[in-house]
Amino acid sequence: MLSLSNVHTRYGAIKALRGITLEVQEGEMVALIGVNGAGKSTTLATIAGVLHPVEGTITFLGESIVGKPPETIARKGISLVPEGREILASLTVEENLRLGAFIRRNHQEYLKDLEENFALFPILKERLRQLGGTLSGGEQQQLAIARALMSHPKLLMLDEPSLGLAPLIVDQIFDLIKTLHSRGVTILLVEQNVERTLEIVDRAYLLHTGMIQTSGSAKQVRSQVDIEGVYLGDLKRE
Amino acid sequence: MLTIDFLINTISLGSLYAMIALGLVIVYGILKLVNFAYGELIMIAGYSLYVLGSLGALPWFAMAILAVLVAVVTSYATELVAFRPVRTKSLTAMLITSFAVSTLLQNAALLIISPRARAVPLPAIFSQSLAIAGLDIPIRNILTIVTALALLGALTLLLKYTVLGIALRAAADNFKMTRLLGVPANLVISVAFIISGFFAGVVALFWTGRTASVTPTIGLAPLLIAFVACVIGGMTNLLGAVVGGYVYGIVYSLLSLWLPQYLLDYREAFMFLIVILILLFRPSGLIRGNTTSERIG
Repeated sequence: MLSLSNVHTRYGAIKALRGITLEVQEGEMVALIGVNGAGKSTTLATIAGVLHPVEGTITFLGESIVGKPPETIARKGISLVPEGREILASLTVEENLRLGAFIRRNHQEYLKDLEENFALFPILKERLRQLGGTLSGGEQQQLAIARALMSHPKLLMLDEPSLGLAPLIVDQIFDLIKTLHSRGVTILLVEQNVERTLEIVDRAYLLHTGMIQTSGSAKQVRSQVDIEGVYLGDLKRE
Repeated sequence: MLTIDFLINTISLGSLYAMIALGLVIVYGILKLVNFAYGELIMIAGYSLYVLGSLGALPWFAMAILAVLVAVVTSYATELVAFRPVRTKSLTAMLITSFAVSTLLQNAALLIISPRARAVPLPAIFSQSLAIAGLDIPIRNILTIVTALALLGALTLLLKYTVLGIALRAAADNFKMTRLLGVPANLVISVAFIISGFFAGVVALFWTGRTASVTPTIGLAPLLIAFVACVIGGMTNLLGAVVGGYVYGIVYSLLSLWLPQYLLDYREAFMFLIVILILLFRPSGLIRGNTTSERIG
């Protein structure tokens, strides 16, 4: 479905990605793990078209998406829930959701999707008229995911969805990601919480200084991490 | 001293200034660009009135619609031809581009038409007054107020209840995220320039109506007013522009009323003194928006 080959991305003079090659199959849930600065978020931003690679190819559903603007990539079915959630703070919850459905112009379907989202995120129904900026962190994360789902993405990319949330809320978010996956949503997940991530994903890539260090099934990566004693932030602390 | 006619004149002036400021800030909100060519849109609409008037075949209302349309098309064209190619470069490049567009349009008017003032046609009601309770109230002032309220209402409806309007507000809030949701950057920016041109066109009808003439440099004064109104009200928020416009109009009227005769010529100086004070003590304006200052090309 999605494949990156030898992707290099720069942040000004800094080479953030140095030859990333990875693949996501339809229906899969794949994780990118690694320490801060390993290039996980940069990889997602590059796929989404926020950053453009200086080298390498990215194909989605058999079509090159390198150099395309973010709106074009979104319309092709890739939805990024960025780190820090990026809720449109001055818009209401409903307006956030409505923009999530921007690329699908059918109002009847919009209303139907809205109801489906309320079943998944009951709190959003209560907060519908509130400004996005007034929600708590966990609620904002739910809104960010709900907003992404409104576009019926073929590939959902989540960047650090549990970051900065209370443990109880983190549980909820992980349950939610599992639910979405079991419903057939293809997911590319970036997470700091490596332990829990490797419990729910099918495959994982371990990134280090902008390169892929290890990849394989969640189990393989898990044992690799243990053997090599790779420092992975949260994993060591737990 | 604060009579009804003074009040109506003041609100009318504020309404005009609010419309002027809105046209500038709608583009600023999304691109963070102070479009210095904004005043020239007013000028172009003014000259359209002059040209249409000298042809003399149309009723004023039809000419007015055409003049507004010319401002809209010009605004959209400057976006396409001048601003879009430099948008991804830098904000400075866009700012300089807007100076270039402004200079180009002014000089085009100088060359093609004339440096001297040209008469624009006015509808009969612009020079008529309503006699209410012994007071003469110019109909033009009432029309200005009604037009401003109607446009403010229409713009509010557009921004609140249409997907495009929500996208415009979203883009002013967080342009990158808005694009990630699939909203095309070009669409949002074009719509902002079109709305800006529309406001410039409508403003031109009333602005040229005050002197019944148009000159190549007629756009400078409204540009300054828009800028000052935005500084007063706050650049990051459409409501700020409206409040700024009205505050400017009200303060300016009061200065005219209260300043002694020998200081009347210094009204602008007093206005700018107020602006300096606002910049010192409330640099983000009276109304603080929640928009950020980030922008991406």
